[in-house]
Amino acid sequence: MSDAVKIKLSKKDLESDQDVRWCPGCGDYAILATVQRTLAQLSIKRENTVFVSGIGCSSRFPYYMNTYGFHTIHGRAPTIASGLKITRPELDVWVITGDGDGLSIGGNHMVHVLRRNMDLKIILFNNQIYGLTKGQYSPTSALGTRAASTPNGSVDHPLNPISLALGSGATFVARAADTDAKLMAKILEEAYRHKGAVFIEMLQNCPVFNDGVWEGVKDDPAGKQIILQEGKPLLFANGTKGIKLGAGLVPEICDASDPGVLVHTERGSALYANLLAQLVQPDFPMPMGVLYRHDKPTYDQLAIAQVDDAIAKHGKGNLEKLMYSGMVWEVGADGTRH
Amino acid sequence: METKQLDRVVIRFAGDSGDGMQLTGTEFAKAAAEAGNDISTFPDFPAEIRAPAGSLFGVSGFQLHFSSSEIYTPGDAPDVLVAMNPAALKTNLKDLVDNGTLIVNTGAFIEANLKKAGYQTNPVEDGSLGKYKVHAIDISQLTTSALEGSELSTKEKGRAKNFFALGLVFWMYGREPETEIRRIYQQFAKKPEFGEANVKVFKAGYHYGETAEVFQTVYKVPPATFQPGPYRNITGNEAIALGLVVGAELAGKKLFYSGYPITPASSILHSLAKYKNFGTLTFQAEDEIAAMGAAIGAAYGGSIAVTASSGPGIALKGEAIGLAVMTELPVVIINVQRGGPSTGLPTKTEQSDLFQAIYGRNGESPIPVIAAKSPGDTFYCAIEAVKIATRYMCPVMLLSDGYIANGSEPWPLPNLTTLPRFDVIHRTDPTSYFVYERDPRTLSRAWVIPGTPGLEHRIGGIEKDALTGNISYAPENHEKQTKVRAEKINRVAQDIGELDLSGGESGDVLVIGWGGTYGALRQAQQAVAAQGHKVSHAHLRWLSPLEPGLAKIIHNFKHVIVAELNMGQLRTVIRAQFLVDAVGLNKIQGQPFKVSEVVAAIHKQLEAAPMAQASSSQPTVNA
Repeated sequence: MSDAVKIKLSKKDLESDQDVRWCPGCGDYAILATVQRTLAQLSIKRENTVFVSGIGCSSRFPYYMNTYGFHTIHGRAPTIASGLKITRPELDVWVITGDGDGLSIGGNHMVHVLRRNMDLKIILFNNQIYGLTKGQYSPTSALGTRAASTPNGSVDHPLNPISLALGSGATFVARAADTDAKLMAKILEEAYRHKGAVFIEMLQNCPVFNDGVWEGVKDDPAGKQIILQEGKPLLFANGTKGIKLGAGLVPEICDASDPGVLVHTERGSALYANLLAQLVQPDFPMPMGVLYRHDKPTYDQLAIAQVDDAIAKHGKGNLEKLMYSGMVWEVGADGTRH
Repeated sequence: METKQLDRVVIRFAGDSGDGMQLTGTEFAKAAAEAGNDISTFPDFPAEIRAPAGSLFGVSGFQLHFSSSEIYTPGDAPDVLVAMNPAALKTNLKDLVDNGTLIVNTGAFIEANLKKAGYQTNPVEDGSLGKYKVHAIDISQLTTSALEGSELSTKEKGRAKNFFALGLVFWMYGREPETEIRRIYQQFAKKPEFGEANVKVFKAGYHYGETAEVFQTVYKVPPATFQPGPYRNITGNEAIALGLVVGAELAGKKLFYSGYPITPASSILHSLAKYKNFGTLTFQAEDEIAAMGAAIGAAYGGSIAVTASSGPGIALKGEAIGLAVMTELPVVIINVQRGGPSTGLPTKTEQSDLFQAIYGRNGESPIPVIAAKSPGDTFYCAIEAVKIATRYMCPVMLLSDGYIANGSEPWPLPNLTTLPRFDVIHRTDPTSYFVYERDPRTLSRAWVIPGTPGLEHRIGGIEKDALTGNISYAPENHEKQTKVRAEKINRVAQDIGELDLSGGESGDVLVIGWGGTYGALRQAQQAVAAQGHKVSHAHLRWLSPLEPGLAKIIHNFKHVIVAELNMGQLRTVIRAQFLVDAVGLNKIQGQPFKVSEVVAAIHKQLEAAPMAQASSSQPTVNA
């Protein structure tokens, strides 16, 4: 990642020659631009950067990055990214997925890639809808969502992506809105520097099939978002209100001056991080920024350490010796065993 | 005491799945191999790990054929049956040859067990075993007696009884007990009290044969004659693992293997997980799809990527295999076939995944398919699969089966220095690079890996422009790409060796087979040919593309038999490809062919009217 010789890059250097094919007004444009700008500022090595995606609108992302890119199949991006990262740990591997791709068809892989603390930067574009298949409700759609497949409203309860990530063992969990370039850039930079499984929930607008689904959060950042800051209390509404815990650890909105207002730390307990995950609209302002961070060995580090250990202990593999292991005998010139 | 010399013996050990029959059989096979016999083994066990004791479905068997001459199969019918309980007797007796030797553990022939096996009366006492040489021995009691004074529990003592049986057959066939005793101590080094007990019981079995005077004859099967050189005993899954390590080395690359636990493929992962000092990385994925996905990711990164499974797992991998077809990345996919459909017969063998291998993906997605014919052959097939995958930039399916995977044979060790290298070269030159520009001979695209400056590019599952690799929905481009992907696989034929043919290039009957039926087919063909008949056997190694050598000879025979352990999948392919009226010899019992079944099928065709001849041209009309 870090390199002695810094390469000067501009946003343009990270744009591929392909025409971007998202719908006009799609939140993906803003995310793409911020990713390109941020990675340029970080002077990444383009040849060591790989974007892997699944299927869906967001998964077209790699085509527009002038890095290595792999547009795979529905839900499986984490698996392909894992195989790549384990064998090529020096690469920076980003995974672009969506709420359908990453939490429905690929839900199992998401759980396991996070559990293993695979050193991947996963960005999940959550627009609460299937866009590319023309507007079916997704696993993050609110109960009662009227969509092509649910004309009377959906009857499934949605899942909470941040809770899932925390429960699975992600070691860097963050959230940003597509339009908040400043916060997104800050999160991307820290995610880039984090060693381990990164999970970023990107609140993304689909102007065609689910327009304004996040407006309740985005239209009033001061009132409906808690911008998380290390060591600072959980305040919102221009610093007039805060979050504290009531009986049974139930979160409550309180006055900013309340002595019980919780203070944020990215390296808090899993219990605290899960509490943050439960703060969702419409009952609560949504925490934005880095919710949780934790350092532990990554899968590729541990796997490669085992290989190094084996070589240190037994010496570099000798094929001749391997072939001749077990029960070996010699048949002599007379054709019988000696 | 008389010593009788025999040319060959087929012995089967049968008992409860907890009775240790697999271990007994494996150990006796080692002893035969050590004594210089040619051997072939056939473990046959239920899917349940510890099925209810005494039940018919819980019977586990291990058949060993050892011989003083070359053998191809584990034998049609056992000459000797060791039955550790009534259920084992009930399920296996029908296979024992007339006048065969039957050793029964009378200690297990108690009322409850007899009832579970469906016996009204005790067959050991009711005279129903009259046509066999019966040795009724209370192995359970003799085992307990041998361990008198031991600290082990009654249950633990009882578990050692398979070593009594092993000791007894060691004595019967004049095997050297000392090596075995050393091996038992080694195997139980971590639990020396069990090692001690097992050796005691093994010795008790051996001495019982010597002193009890129930056996009038000791048999001797002299060593077989082999080609000179070093040998080892090997199972199919062991050999395939070695082949992958060697294949990666010959390619000059690191091996990455991903898998998800499934019978009968899992032991490949177990072997490779021990080869870490070769730089081999193994990955137990969360499911079959993830195992395939990880292999694709590793291939994309420049590793020799391999995943293995059995039919149900291959079905799950199907979509991802299509991605490897589309993105033209080299991945070796191993299918250790078992009986199907669905969960089917997890521990039994079958060849019913051929269609799945050749056709089992959406869209036009041809891949090369290679099938191993024996345990040792999997080593060479693995190397060849790695070579073709990297040379033609495509996924390659390697078919094995449960019979090959678990069966073992003496294997002449290859001289590694004589195996040709096929070093992989990754393109690094950014000048006029096009992602789907193709090599004129192989039609493969360049394998450019991430980390290469100036060659950053994007690939994916969407149809792509035939040169640039950019997304393209252009009608003509799709047809062009579809055809070139097919042509690329056809061109694999230029790197396929000679057809494995036994017998003349023309004649009355041609037997065509593939995979693990090799031994039975070859032996049957040779037996019928020795009677003066014009019969040949072609054994296919490559099933996609079909071996070019077959086209040259298939029309030279009056009859074509396609013998396979399925409903006729290769036969359908052969009939479509060559327009020959091939007949099928098919068996779908989870069991390998017996030589006698193949011989009978050949004779039937020799007596039948010649098949109708048809034109072999296959016109294609283009839109």
